[in-house]
Amino acid sequence: MSQPATLTWLAGHELRLSWRDWLALMTAGGRSRLRTVVVALIIFGCFVHLFAWWLVAGYADANLAPDTATLAGVTGTLLLSWSLLLSQAMESVTRAFYSRSDLDLILTAPASARKVFSVRMSRIAFSVVLLALFLAAPFVNVLAWRGSAGWLAAYGVVAALGAVAVVAALALTIFLFRTIGARRTRLMAQIVAAVIGAAFVIGLQAAAILSFGSLSRFAALQSDWMLDRVPAAASVVWWPARAVLGDLGALAGVMVFAAVLLAASIALFAGRFGEHAVAAAGVGFGARRRHRWIRSFRRRSPARALRQKEWTLLRRDPWLVSQTLMQILYLLPPALFLWVTFGSKTDSYVVLIPVVVMAAGQLGGGLAWLSISGEDAPDLIGTAPIRAGRVVLAKIEAVLGIIALIFAPLVLAIAAMSSWAGLVAGLGVLGAAGAATLIQLCFRVQAKRSQFRRRQTSSRMATFAEAFSSIAWAATAALASAGVWHALLPAVIAFAILAGARLISPRAQA
Amino acid sequence: MSHADRPVALALRGLCKRFDRPAVDALDLTVYGGEFYVLVGPNGAGKTTTLRMVVGLLHPDAGRIMLDGIDALADPVAAKQVTAWLSDEPMIYDKLTPFEYLEFVAGLWRIDAATAEARATDLIDWLGLGPHAHERCEGFSRGMKQKVALAGALVHDPKLIILDEPLTGLDAGSARQVKNVLRQRAAAGGTVIMTTHILEVAERMADRIGVIAGGRLIAEGTLDELHRKTGAAQTTLEDTFLTLVAEEAA
Repeated sequence: MSQPATLTWLAGHELRLSWRDWLALMTAGGRSRLRTVVVALIIFGCFVHLFAWWLVAGYADANLAPDTATLAGVTGTLLLSWSLLLSQAMESVTRAFYSRSDLDLILTAPASARKVFSVRMSRIAFSVVLLALFLAAPFVNVLAWRGSAGWLAAYGVVAALGAVAVVAALALTIFLFRTIGARRTRLMAQIVAAVIGAAFVIGLQAAAILSFGSLSRFAALQSDWMLDRVPAAASVVWWPARAVLGDLGALAGVMVFAAVLLAASIALFAGRFGEHAVAAAGVGFGARRRHRWIRSFRRRSPARALRQKEWTLLRRDPWLVSQTLMQILYLLPPALFLWVTFGSKTDSYVVLIPVVVMAAGQLGGGLAWLSISGEDAPDLIGTAPIRAGRVVLAKIEAVLGIIALIFAPLVLAIAAMSSWAGLVAGLGVLGAAGAATLIQLCFRVQAKRSQFRRRQTSSRMATFAEAFSSIAWAATAALASAGVWHALLPAVIAFAILAGARLISPRAQA
Repeated sequence: MSHADRPVALALRGLCKRFDRPAVDALDLTVYGGEFYVLVGPNGAGKTTTLRMVVGLLHPDAGRIMLDGIDALADPVAAKQVTAWLSDEPMIYDKLTPFEYLEFVAGLWRIDAATAEARATDLIDWLGLGPHAHERCEGFSRGMKQKVALAGALVHDPKLIILDEPLTGLDAGSARQVKNVLRQRAAAGGTVIMTTHILEVAERMADRIGVIAGGRLIAEGTLDELHRKTGAAQTTLEDTFLTLVAEEAA
């Protein structure tokens, strides 16, 4: 056993906390579910390996030459992954700054705060790197199995990407602290994380749409215009891509660079991390939201009061808006595609409609959780003289009202191109959002709105049902917009998912 | 006024609720209109479970609940129209201002907008929330949030207000304000039913005190009646309470 308050002792403490956090996240607090979780993880692992096989097995023994086109493609994939890792790292860093769980203990203990925060930053780096390796594993394993062991070098590159993402997240968050202060940093960092997570994908798609009329992410990266402007194949810029392709020299360079950068950043930021964590802990909301004008009470029915309350709470909570921002951001490329191809008599809506329907399902699920489960005053609603069924109906109306507001312009634009496509898109959006709402209704729990980020842990069945339902509705809409009768098949599956969710929901079994 | 002259505000008959063990066990209880009734009992005695059944947040396994002459199980909406509930944890919306919160509550109870606004303004002033009436509740202290929740409970002018440990975590000033509001409510003819662990509060404020243990009402009456029951006339409520609970446990 190591000496108390040493780096190894603190690291052991942080690792134990990380392990228990992860375990609680996977088992939703129920240790008895551990065996089920292990079985589910094995099944999930098999499934993602099959998916990876379908996606990348063809590249395994392709003997890719390290020319600029290949290097640009691999680098694009790495940048795409890195943007997602950066988004995750920013979430972790922000959470570490604002979590007050043991800050009082740390700062009042006779241990070096710098040492404690160094270990805490290392823990963040460790968890992000582990997540990156976990996500990359199916693809790397398939490539190594089908091709050569040289592909295993990709693990090193992925770990390096994770480390660099943490460095960038630390620097960005501390920059935000210094420029806009502790009060605004939390919200801004979360919005930046959401935007970064989607920005690279959306940027590539936007470039592809504007230049090549395609939704493909790699069209822009592989274009002649781009290849004429990127550095030569020997450039250091391509080291990560070369390392992925099995260049061990490049791999060593990338890993050493990432390790040195991470260590230097931890040494540099450890002191500031403590200062900013203290500043973050001292942040109160304060009385800063005084309204300029004061209006009188309005006459409202209970249902209208409930709908209005839901909309007001959502509008005033930028944090929640940022959490649902991803789904809205992904609508930008379809909107841009629609704008570029509008009136060109193409059948572009066949590609657009499933994207729009899928987004409606995902957004509907998130909003439904907030409205139905995320009730901050359940006792008030429970003791109000209004039937429980009317309360639920008012909340569903609130969700569908927001969905209608967001998706109506897209649906109307599609309808202007083709009335059939518009009808399909409208029904698809309604079906996907309505189904996601009903699934949330079946699996509703009593929770605080602030628990939105961890809503998946309360019911993984609801999460899976919601995702598969959105996919089924998107498939139905895609086939229906093409005028194919096979659309009936995914439609039947979509209804079966809904019926299945109803059947296995805790409320049905109670 | 004797009990016989007063209308019954709350009548519980044979109320039962079981979780892994009986939480409320064939409870009979009667509270009269205009009465300040305090329920005391050890932790896990069934006080909160009882009150949550009364306000419709829990469904009893058996028994009857009559609120102001309304069968609360047969017509819960009508029963809720005359009742207000306040728990120990102030449940309000951080992103609404007190004024907006009261407007929302008034909407749920279908109170006329002009009447609700006048009451809300009075309550906000009465509870000392005036300077903060149009600020979002997210920055409020626990005491201020509890006062907003109390204003919400009173804005629809309930005949019966039911409170579960409303003074938990409040500073002395806030606690006094809440107690004053409740006393005035009872003096004006409203019925107040409250649980508390602070026996001095029960001693000073209650018209009658009910002692509950093991899900059953083991004693009930005015302070003097409870003292007489234990045969120790000059002791405090704390002594009487501990004697009663010990006798029940034995």
